[in-house]
Amino acid sequence: MNEHKNDASIHSLSNLDLDAPEKTYLDSNELIINMGPQHPATHGVLRVILKLDGEKVLGTECVIGYLHRGVEKIAENRTYTMFNPYVDRMDYVAAVSNGLGYCEAVEKLLNVEAPPRAKYIRVILTELNRIASHQLWLGTHALDIGAMTPLFYTFRDREEILKIFEKYCGARLTTHAFRIGGCQYETYAGFEKDIKNFLTFFAPKIDEYEALLTTNRIWLERTKNVGVISGADCIALGVTGPVLRASGVKWDVRKAQPYAAYSEFDFEIPTGENGDTYDRYMVRMIEMRQSMRIIEQAVNGLPEGPIMGKVPKVIKPPVGEIYHSIEAPKGELGYFIVSDGSTQPYRLRVRPPSFVNLQALDVMVRGLLVADVVAVIGTLDIVLGEVDR
Amino acid sequence: MPNFIMSYLDSRAALTPGSAGSQFWALIYVLIIFAGVSVAVICMNWLERKALAHFQVRLGPMRVGPHGLLQPIADAIKLMLKEDIIPAEADQFVFWVAPLIGLLAAFTVYTVIPFGPSQAVSDMNIGILFMLGVSSLGVLGIVVAGWASNSHYPLIGALRSSAQMVSYEVAMGLAVVSAILMTSLNTNGTDGTLSMIGIVQAQQQQHIWFIFKLFPLGFIAFAIFAIAMVAETNRAPFDLAEAESELTAGFHTEYSGLRWSLFMLAEYAAMIAVSSIAVTLWLGGWMRPFPNLLHAPAWEFIFSLFPGLTFAGLAAIAFIGTARMSSHSFFKIQRIGLAVFAALLGFIALLLLVIAVVGRSADAGVAAQVAAPFAARFRDGIDHVYWFVLKVAVFMYMFIWYRATWPRYRFDQLMKIGWKVMLPISLGVLILTAIVGMKFS
Repeated sequence: MNEHKNDASIHSLSNLDLDAPEKTYLDSNELIINMGPQHPATHGVLRVILKLDGEKVLGTECVIGYLHRGVEKIAENRTYTMFNPYVDRMDYVAAVSNGLGYCEAVEKLLNVEAPPRAKYIRVILTELNRIASHQLWLGTHALDIGAMTPLFYTFRDREEILKIFEKYCGARLTTHAFRIGGCQYETYAGFEKDIKNFLTFFAPKIDEYEALLTTNRIWLERTKNVGVISGADCIALGVTGPVLRASGVKWDVRKAQPYAAYSEFDFEIPTGENGDTYDRYMVRMIEMRQSMRIIEQAVNGLPEGPIMGKVPKVIKPPVGEIYHSIEAPKGELGYFIVSDGSTQPYRLRVRPPSFVNLQALDVMVRGLLVADVVAVIGTLDIVLGEVDR
Repeated sequence: MPNFIMSYLDSRAALTPGSAGSQFWALIYVLIIFAGVSVAVICMNWLERKALAHFQVRLGPMRVGPHGLLQPIADAIKLMLKEDIIPAEADQFVFWVAPLIGLLAAFTVYTVIPFGPSQAVSDMNIGILFMLGVSSLGVLGIVVAGWASNSHYPLIGALRSSAQMVSYEVAMGLAVVSAILMTSLNTNGTDGTLSMIGIVQAQQQQHIWFIFKLFPLGFIAFAIFAIAMVAETNRAPFDLAEAESELTAGFHTEYSGLRWSLFMLAEYAAMIAVSSIAVTLWLGGWMRPFPNLLHAPAWEFIFSLFPGLTFAGLAAIAFIGTARMSSHSFFKIQRIGLAVFAALLGFIALLLLVIAVVGRSADAGVAAQVAAPFAARFRDGIDHVYWFVLKVAVFMYMFIWYRATWPRYRFDQLMKIGWKVMLPISLGVLILTAIVGMKFS
């Protein structure tokens, strides 16, 4: 990574001039700060090199790869079934969404379809996971901006979702809830009651979070007009998810290219206007409420029937390639799979929303202060497991 | 008994040791205050963690001692035993001396804080000026610590801290001046005073706490001070100097072990000190509520029961806590410990109540007992300290409450509030106080 030669490289960020060291020494206007990989606010092992003028940010460079595990390469050496649990380890905060994206991509490649009941269960769990992911985002984002208490409130309530996951499939975080072709597990007795209890439990809790933040004067000052990015910039950078929607672009894969059973539910896509941190906050808060709407409809209309489609024991997709994307909590999560007809993918490429969204960091923080950098990292909602894979 | 011990006790006049010229008693007072503040910091440490935990739906320390009562002591031992790391690139001497500067500034303030009409080390005639001057020296410790660490995050933390201090000191000073102006606003023609004890006595003579004086002018000045003092002590929501999510730990990033704990001690001591200034200037210092209105002997007696009753209440809470503890044998030692603690609190409560009752007989003229006059003096002292500490405790609770509720301000926003909002308001309040006050002269 030190081999960069282009203008945006680390060396151009620093004022190090090897030909004239004395010049470098005397020119003390700019400060290079290394934020991370061990830093409380970089959400894992992100390293951001900041070029500062006082506290003003002149430029940033993200150094990633500290959590690289070669997930895409592993896929080439595992069968389609064996690789399924690995995708949970990318965005471990929203493991269910990752699994859904992968299973649906392979199903598309195999040209099979999950039965309706499986699709509904998938929607319920994925939307629960969206709420859990947004809760974690809210807690850590607020903590970055200095509000400690929301973190504990969100973790308290996230626990209820994790309990449902645990009851359903035995795992809380890396769930491996779905199988190629449907779901492995039938719902447990009392599943629907648990979900409904959660919905009644959770509705007032969102109000509680909002009471602490939404009209809080300091919160408004810290988030309004901070990290502004236009819709055009978002599209140019490939930014998706709540960040894109907060900039006014109404793009949600659930509506645009409905997958699973999303076309059967009635829900809205919240959008913002200013594309600032506050709008992104509001978009995610509304998304949690919309997720509850979807879950409610799915639970009430949960069809009877089988939970596994007709999938061969040994999965051997025909030669070909497929790109399938879903709306993960953080944005568009895509899987591009090339099959050579064997039991293992020839190439598997993940389009992780965190990785693509992270590109926007530099655009968003230029000209802001150091304190805003952590706010913007928080509002981008990145998970380094997914950035690095 | 040696003369220098008795002379101060015999001078029945309500004088501070400093004013009475007794160096021996001044030294005793200094030691008492030093120990008292250190104990208060330890208590505050435990209370903050417990209260903050309960704000945040968790339990806080529960393992070391019953309900974590011994946690601060365990922490202190741990910090003292930790390796004391001084970075190789740091300026060794300055790095070493920086926490001491902060600590000295925080503790020196207590020489003029009046816990009672005679319960102070000294009654300096420029007390409030001395206090402001010394307490603002605390920032020197932070700046020097940040600079000596020779590291980026501490440096930014130190820069933030100094800028913050400059912008809030001004508004704070103006708010204090408007309180000092009020000391001369009386009908009997006496002059104003800068003495801390004089300020409280002026509130007593004028029959009003300065927070209610010339309403709402006194209140606004108080509010300005209450905001500025949070910024002055680098506490949330103005804890920019050590903003852990931005600057890892701000100015004390490179500090560890005992030196780090000295910074913590200085921070909490400074919190108590600035709260004491606010209590002295606006909330009647050591005075109990309605000292002039409700001054009948019966009322005196009722109010003198308060310290004892407070301790009795604490003892009751501790006893309830003991009863509610798990009866599992694993908790046996903890149960015994908490019961002993409750019994200790109960004993203190009993002692205070006895003093109050015996002291009352002195008021009633039953001076047969030798103990009564002594008990009466002792009771008055306890009363003064009790009401003072109670008022300060309210501020300390507010500090914790702020921290649990609010996000952190950004550097430029903090400056904006300091210069564009608080400074004009405090200046306006000062001028208005002066104009309105002219009708008294």
